[in-house]
Amino acid sequence: MTGGGAGIRVEGLVKDFGGLRALEDVTLRVEPGERRAIIGPNGAGKTTLFNIITGIFPPTAGRILFDGRDITDLPPHRRAQLGLGRTFQITTLFPKLSVRDNVLLAVQAADPARFTLHRRVEAYPHLFRQAEELLERWGLRDRAAAPVRFLSHGEQRQVEILLALAIRPKVLLLDEPAAGLSPAETATLADLIRGLPRETTILLIEHDMDVAFTLTDRISVLHYGRVVAEGPPDAVRRDPHVAAIYLGTATPKA
Amino acid sequence: MRRAVGIGLVLGLLLLASPAVLSSYYLGLLTKMLIFALFAMSLDLLLGYTGLPSLGHTAYFGLGAYTTGLLTLRVAQTFWINVLAGIAVPTLVALGFSLLTLRARGTYFLMITLALAQVLWGIAFGWRSFTGGDDGLPGITRPTLAGWSLTGEIPFYYFVLVVFGGCLFLLSIVVRSPLGRALVGIRESEMRMRVLGYNVWAYQYVASILAALFAGAAGILFVYYNGYVGPAYLSVVVSGQVLLMVILGGAGTLLGPALGAGIIVLLENFLSAYTERWLTILGLIYVAVTLFAPRGVLGILRERFPLGRRAPA
Repeated sequence: MTGGGAGIRVEGLVKDFGGLRALEDVTLRVEPGERRAIIGPNGAGKTTLFNIITGIFPPTAGRILFDGRDITDLPPHRRAQLGLGRTFQITTLFPKLSVRDNVLLAVQAADPARFTLHRRVEAYPHLFRQAEELLERWGLRDRAAAPVRFLSHGEQRQVEILLALAIRPKVLLLDEPAAGLSPAETATLADLIRGLPRETTILLIEHDMDVAFTLTDRISVLHYGRVVAEGPPDAVRRDPHVAAIYLGTATPKA
Repeated sequence: MRRAVGIGLVLGLLLLASPAVLSSYYLGLLTKMLIFALFAMSLDLLLGYTGLPSLGHTAYFGLGAYTTGLLTLRVAQTFWINVLAGIAVPTLVALGFSLLTLRARGTYFLMITLALAQVLWGIAFGWRSFTGGDDGLPGITRPTLAGWSLTGEIPFYYFVLVVFGGCLFLLSIVVRSPLGRALVGIRESEMRMRVLGYNVWAYQYVASILAALFAGAAGILFVYYNGYVGPAYLSVVVSGQVLLMVILGGAGTLLGPALGAGIIVLLENFLSAYTERWLTILGLIYVAVTLFAPRGVLGILRERFPLGRRAPA
């Protein structure tokens, strides 16, 4: 299912968008197998951090270490091949393709057959088997033939995670997996995330405090591009500065 | 699925039997349809499968035609060498051009492919001593294959049919291969493909090269068909026309563009006998298709007559 866990470290990460500093000297150290939540108000730089870790765009300064290896200059697909998987806050699937074909593309991504052009995909039955297994485990077997755009939002959020898992990530970045879900759907999704193999390192951006606090070992609080607090959920919950940020009385540090 | 195979067999048999029933005029028209069907299918690999809208695909069609034409006229009648060169030159040029075009997306991709094709058109038009300029190169004779002359309409038709069938077979494997499925994934979501671990650029590059190769093959057939090559082969009008064939027939399928090519060639043939304003009509068709049938003729047919489980590509 997974290729074991790997640690991820970011050191002194800075990101400027024109005159706007989105990230200001962010340093995080996530141990192999750890589950870490990144919380913070809108615009704190959480998704920017994910985009830099996965290589969607480069940092202005700083570096990223995956399993001890500097990946700062690697393109996104090379990072994915090393075992870095992610989901998107805004559902990013293959809308016109069936659920099965979505999963097949994800399974194929981690297979040596992915560059083959002289044989039909049916010549690789193990890809189909892996896809069926994933569909089965995630309870999407019944929906396998449906184009993904016809799925409910909740089901699409599930496929979103399923695709990231199909490449057997060592580190999984989940960007607001529960975005737009009902409380019942959120609870189901939380159970699914809780059931992921324990060795998989997980970074989770989440607005839903219950999800963030119950699913993770440690929490980092991002505010105006800085890590302003970090620790186990209980400690962060009691931190007066964090409470102030969420109640809106905190101002950015000079 | 069985019905699809059945329809394919019937169509194949009809194509095989055509010379027995069609006059040489209509056989010539059918030959032209097959050539443009191949051209349109090659573009669809880029447009329909990979999601890259090229407005300069005729660059490779024209390069194939000019290469084979020039070799036949100026060097020798060695069929295999002329044909291999006619495929190799567009393929090699695509290796270079694609480095430039793939830096752009969407409308910018459209503009840069158009610009590169116009450069080739300019060379063909201006370099009189080499390309014959505006007059082009007439008098290109059809080859003799293993003692079998392709000069007559019927042997040439079968030759084109065999090449078309072979290319269709190869393309049908490519689009169903892991690489072909990945191209569709890129069309649907480039971002998702990248974070899954696909080197999106490499796939788009391969698709561009393959599309050029098959367009070159179509260009070679067309130069033998007409016995002539001129700058018109490289004109933006041809690029627009083949784009319309793909969209009219149904982008993202193999047979859709072939169907679109058949319809456009037929319409052009009949309408241009009655009116000078053929291009205006072409424009109106384009508007009508994009507004009312964005999935093309094949899309409409499939809705009306579903052929079992068929994943939309």
